[in-house]
Amino acid sequence: MGSAMARALAQDEGVDARPWVLLAPALLALFLLMVVPMAIIFVFTFYEYIDVAVDRPAFQFENWRWFFEDSFYHYAIWQTLRISAITTLVCALLGFVPAYFIANTTYRHKWLLMLLLILPFWVSFIIRQLSWVHVLGSQGIVNAALLWLGVIDEPLRLLYNEATVVMGLVHFLLPFMILNIYVSLEGIDRNLVSAARTLGCTEWQAFREVTLPLSLPGLAAGSLLCFVLAGGSYVTPLILGGPDNFLFGNLIYDTIMMELNWPMGATLSVVLLVLLGSLVVIYGRFMGLSRLYKSLN
Amino acid sequence: MAESSAGAVELKRVIKNFGEVQAVKGVDLTVEAGSFLTLLGPSGCGKTTILRMVAGLGQPSSGEIWIKGRRIDSVPIHKRNLGLVFQNYALFPHKTIFDNIAFGLRYRNVPKAEIRERVARALEIVRLPGVEKRFPAQLSGGQQQRIALARAVVIEPDVLLLDEPLSALDANLREEMRVELKRIQRELGITTIFVTHDQAEALALSDKVVVMSNGLKEQEGHPEEIYNHPASRFVAEFLGNANLLQGTVEAEGVRLPDGTLLPVEERNGFAPGTPCDVVIRAERILLAEQHRPEAGTAVVDGRVRALDYQGVAARYFVDALGTSLQVINPIDEQPLRDGAAVQLRIRARDCVLLSKDS
Ligand SMILES: Nc1ncnc2c1ncn2[C@@H]1O[C@H](COP(=O)(O)OP(=O)(O)OP(=O)(O)O)[C@@H](O)[C@H]1O
Ligand SMILES: [Mg+2]
Repeated sequence: MGSAMARALAQDEGVDARPWVLLAPALLALFLLMVVPMAIIFVFTFYEYIDVAVDRPAFQFENWRWFFEDSFYHYAIWQTLRISAITTLVCALLGFVPAYFIANTTYRHKWLLMLLLILPFWVSFIIRQLSWVHVLGSQGIVNAALLWLGVIDEPLRLLYNEATVVMGLVHFLLPFMILNIYVSLEGIDRNLVSAARTLGCTEWQAFREVTLPLSLPGLAAGSLLCFVLAGGSYVTPLILGGPDNFLFGNLIYDTIMMELNWPMGATLSVVLLVLLGSLVVIYGRFMGLSRLYKSLN
Repeated sequence: MAESSAGAVELKRVIKNFGEVQAVKGVDLTVEAGSFLTLLGPSGCGKTTILRMVAGLGQPSSGEIWIKGRRIDSVPIHKRNLGLVFQNYALFPHKTIFDNIAFGLRYRNVPKAEIRERVARALEIVRLPGVEKRFPAQLSGGQQQRIALARAVVIEPDVLLLDEPLSALDANLREEMRVELKRIQRELGITTIFVTHDQAEALALSDKVVVMSNGLKEQEGHPEEIYNHPASRFVAEFLGNANLLQGTVEAEGVRLPDGTLLPVEERNGFAPGTPCDVVIRAERILLAEQHRPEAGTAVVDGRVRALDYQGVAARYFVDALGTSLQVINPIDEQPLRDGAAVQLRIRARDCVLLSKDS
């Protein structure tokens, strides 16, 4: 019935309405579950905060004034961007090698390598992050081993600093980077490298001339994904960071869950959304989002 | 090493194994300097494998490869100075046409001004001047193929290696590029190894054709020699449309099972009484309503069973000699009708004898 209707529509208007009919459920779900809640949050940014857990509908800019005037928030943005950038860089450097290996291996069971890559997703994210406590904590295996060997007398303080936050984020995000780079490496015609070689390139020169530049789109897509996901995370700093190693997401969490200040929390949420959203827009402007979507398949 | 006696490229007992599979089973090959040699064979017979070994993209499992009197098995790819053209062009998509062609020159430390000059000259040779600033994706398939050729010849390679370079083009363009390719090869006098499974390309282009099957050389020779005197059943069937008949050698010719005696010119040293195969090319049999008997020809009766109209010519399936024969004859006004009674003229010199086990 739906398709008959769609065909009738198409004939009437001279356009094919069928794609829209098929898209409708998804668009509706997106609208109800994404657009509407976000609109509500946006409205909340203008509400007035009275006291803990008490606010009043209003249209005023007090929350926004706070945000623009309090340099603590600005520092949080800077720190979020910095940690995200470092995480992305580390992911790119660490991710290229395995991606290159998987793309070029002659090993017959490539799917096994891909499976290994996806395997961590089967374990809860929280558990994966917590597992570092058992590795680097004061009772963790690193400290235990060093104590046992007599290298140190008392446990080292390895956890709860910026480095462990970055490490936790890399642990979480590396597969995304590897997959993206892998997809673009896989798309490179092998003959291009052979051609470069016969024209006089050594293996390394051929990599620099052909493989690396042609894998940049994948690197860019992976970087965007890593940066946005790192910038929006708050669990990792909560588990692996010290008091100073918070991200912007932690501020939102604290504002809403601890201070129960919903209007301010909403304001900060919108800030983060605009910040990370504009990155996606800039990327889309220069690279095209279809790349990103391709690697997710 | 005397360069004149040895070929520009020589393969000596080259074998290539891929694990269990033996892709090349001991091939000897000599390519004369400046000549055009074609490796012709069906899919999977090892043509590409041989070409890649010459280029250095694969190591022979055993055997030797010599280029210009130098053994190159252990010379790394980038020092071999060979021009390789791929079936899918393999142009660098992120580089302009100029940078693509200049690529090999840059790695040979050619001065900038000379690079510009040589790229322009290469583009003139392939008849595409003025496309320097474009990217490969902005050219048509045929144009990309020309650029790939320009990129390979601009470095003045010792040998030009072409792996089915025309197979991705459509039929018309393919013939046009075939002529172009031959012209360029002649003009530059460049030693060329060409790989194809298209017999028409092989016959049209080559000074020497090497027919391969299953990792082995079946026959090598001048195109006419290969076509007119196939040395084996495989070669006879692979090239053109051939009829294969079984018979027994007698003093005056070959006796077919239905009793007909086919005259032959060369008995190839077969003793009378030996069973053999006779190869007769489809276009060498002449159909007519009536033939006058002549010395050295056989005239037999037949009936047209089906025909395949091709414009210039027609391919007839004719029942004769107790079997079905393919006959290709030019069409004069009207092709012969289906079911027509005809006479077939077979000349002695068109019957090639093959031993039974070839
Ligand atoms: N890298 C490889 N690993 C394993 N087997 C291979 C490899 N390359 C080629 N072969 C095998 O070697 C044989 C010859 O392959 P080759 O590519 O040389 O054939 P070809 O004559 O070029 O065929 P085509 O006309 O289809 O290109 C084939 O049976 C193929 O399966
Ligand atoms: Mg091949």
